Amino acid sequence: MDSAKGPACKKLSLYGSEFDSRFLIGSAQYPSPAILLDAITASHAGIVTVSLRREAGKDGAGQQFWSLIQQSGARLLPNTAGCKTVKEAVNTAHMARELFDTRWIKLEVIGEDDTLQPDVFGLVEAARILCAEGFQVFPYTTDDLVVADKLLAAGCEVLMPWGSPIGSGRGLNNPFALRALRAHFPDTTLVVDAGIGLPSQTTQAMELGYDAILLNTAVAKAGDPVAMARAFAQAIEAGRLAFLAGAIEARDMAAPSTPVLGSPFWHSEHEQ
Amino acid sequence: MKIQLNGASHDTEHPDLAALVAALGHEGDKVATAIDGLFVARQNRSQSPLNEGCAVEIVAPMEGG
Repeated sequence: MDSAKGPACKKLSLYGSEFDSRFLIGSAQYPSPAILLDAITASHAGIVTVSLRREAGKDGAGQQFWSLIQQSGARLLPNTAGCKTVKEAVNTAHMARELFDTRWIKLEVIGEDDTLQPDVFGLVEAARILCAEGFQVFPYTTDDLVVADKLLAAGCEVLMPWGSPIGSGRGLNNPFALRALRAHFPDTTLVVDAGIGLPSQTTQAMELGYDAILLNTAVAKAGDPVAMARAFAQAIEAGRLAFLAGAIEARDMAAPSTPVLGSPFWHSEHEQ
Repeated sequence: MKIQLNGASHDTEHPDLAALVAALGHEGDKVATAIDGLFVARQNRSQSPLNEGCAVEIVAPMEGG
């Protein structure tokens, strides 16, 4: 149960680093910087996603954000959000590596604007380039098995399939595909990334055996982001505990939970 | 010469990227750079000349999901 890798290990393992929490939280769209920090604290997340922006002037927003996010004490996972080509994603990854002093990169290559669906062809190519250059790539991908296989062949040790489109709050659009992915890659760290709206949806993903959850909007845009961060933390932990505990198989017909052997009356009444 | 700086037209007489970054007050800042879509590492900025019409990106940390 405590092997170094795979869904049953005790701590979350990402490229050799271990984390107590299985919650990765985004840093965008919060009502205020203070609420962002409080939400991170409430989430107990050990990893926070960040990004890059054009810096407008001296002492601009970027420098202020850098000072703020360092206060969280969390490990930073920069992304390549907004990139639509391999070239953009690779060069953004290089900028992120220098800026945040990390080999970690959440690799996004977007192929379609309405759904923000990954361009999986560009994703695999960019992953291959970046892994060869020493990056530790966290690819934001679909739940496609073949693409997952090619990302692993490219050198990725972590896969991050979407639950549903980014920011949609729809939860797990295709639990069957996510279950198949888990079954096909039992020793790969799998993180559901994107589309989560409710804590119960993260419980569902964790019950499927997923290793962790990455989400942003469902906390940041909640009426009370700090309380919602706490709710997600507990839901993720509940799902993990349920997965480790081993769920019963669903069945079509009832099965009495109270033992019937030795019941005093009803057998004899029905036999009359 | 005219260059594109973070997507906007910008006049500069600075010969290289390091000089431009310093002139904009970002020398000690947490920024990363690119010219014409290609990353330029901090230590290479002074060897990266600016040319008429080139596109310079200067980026900084921001919130992200």
